[in-house]
Amino acid sequence: MTVALPLTIREAVLALSNTPDARLIQGGTDMMVEVNFNHLKPNNIIALRRIQELRTWQKNADGTVTIGAGVPYQEMESGELKQLVPALAEAARTVGSPQIRAAGTLGGNLGTCSPAGDGLPVLFALDAVVHLQSHEALRQISIHEFMLGVKRNARNANEIITAVTIPLLNGWQGYAKVGVRNAMVISVASACLAIDKSTNSVRIGLGAVGPTIIRCRDAESWLSQQFDFSSTTGIDGAVAKEFGRRVTLESKPIDDHRSTAEYRRHAVGVLAQRLITRAYPS
Amino acid sequence: MNESIGNEMYSLHINGQDRPVVDAWVGESLLYVLRERLGLPGAKGACEQGECGSCTVLMDGDAVCSCLVMAATAVGSDIVTVEGLIEQNPTMAVTAQAITSQVTDVQQAFITEGGVQCGFCTPGLIVAVHHLLDKNPNPTELEVKESISGNICRCTGYGRIFAAVEAVVQVRKANS
Repeated sequence: MTVALPLTIREAVLALSNTPDARLIQGGTDMMVEVNFNHLKPNNIIALRRIQELRTWQKNADGTVTIGAGVPYQEMESGELKQLVPALAEAARTVGSPQIRAAGTLGGNLGTCSPAGDGLPVLFALDAVVHLQSHEALRQISIHEFMLGVKRNARNANEIITAVTIPLLNGWQGYAKVGVRNAMVISVASACLAIDKSTNSVRIGLGAVGPTIIRCRDAESWLSQQFDFSSTTGIDGAVAKEFGRRVTLESKPIDDHRSTAEYRRHAVGVLAQRLITRAYPS
Repeated sequence: MNESIGNEMYSLHINGQDRPVVDAWVGESLLYVLRERLGLPGAKGACEQGECGSCTVLMDGDAVCSCLVMAATAVGSDIVTVEGLIEQNPTMAVTAQAITSQVTDVQQAFITEGGVQCGFCTPGLIVAVHHLLDKNPNPTELEVKESISGNICRCTGYGRIFAAVEAVVQVRKANS
């Protein structure tokens, strides 16, 4: 076994083309659990944490922000990134503990691609684009095409996730999740809701209630016909409740060690109702 | 420089010293290397999955779970364990009592305020509290609670721990 410690993306993709069986490690908060419990004995490792290029983010002229795959969650929780993408800041603050948020990254969340990953509903609601780089090529792929299933994604074996680009929307956005307690918890169900006033639309992405993050297109278009998102008045309670019910219908949860399908269906409807009420309080 | 580490020696920078790690499997966690290879048992191993915080160390100024750091990926990083806090922060041992007993002001406050019962979580909490107060000398109650939300204590009920944090804040204020 070897551990490569590249300092640039170029060195990393070269190392990956030379050792195609290598596992990529970012903050380590997912992979080391598997290693500690003897579920994984990696052959070769390429550690990305020393690549400074991956630890930067920038606001782009076209109204988007590009966040490097190695930016830790703690940087998204506050400051300018919080102003630009409030839902991401809220999601980041619910990830594990301060210790986990100092190490964990969006790149790792995308690499693991667990339906319970807290960053992913935000990326789905905001139609983020994932940047991938191999020794030969760069490509960008929509998050909706990137996540394929439970811990399965469209990254090719010779590619490294380098960044995500997130459109900056005009309107309220937020994230909510249900777990057994407030801190240090993996989602039982989660949801990100974002309003886009410029297209008078709402987006909602659900976590931990299906094999991938789920965008509730039917509930979104139903609500768009019921409510004007440029409104400054609160949303009618019955409309918010019906929105929650319609979101529930689009969830596809299962029973597992963390919860039951029935509870998750219920919880995700409550989350949707709560988020739209938070966006337009009466 | 781009480095690649196989099953030969690598070196970690811990508590201000370069510490060679010899004959180790390179997939070992930093926690395992600290305790079993380098004779630094301060960081405790409990959950091994980042939930309890008893293995908390500082890495490049951040409090992290050492059980979730692959040790060989920490080459080039500045690591401080609970054993190194006193050397790293000589000016923090502000009370005469703390200096004579070779503990930091945070450790002394945990003793004085009764923030230690079984003691297993204590080293991780000490590191987390140092990390909090070095960045934020006057935290709100919520900030204190959030900053130690990754450190689980099953004995104290946290009340004496919050009292210890408050005591350090007051002592540092009085001495600044």
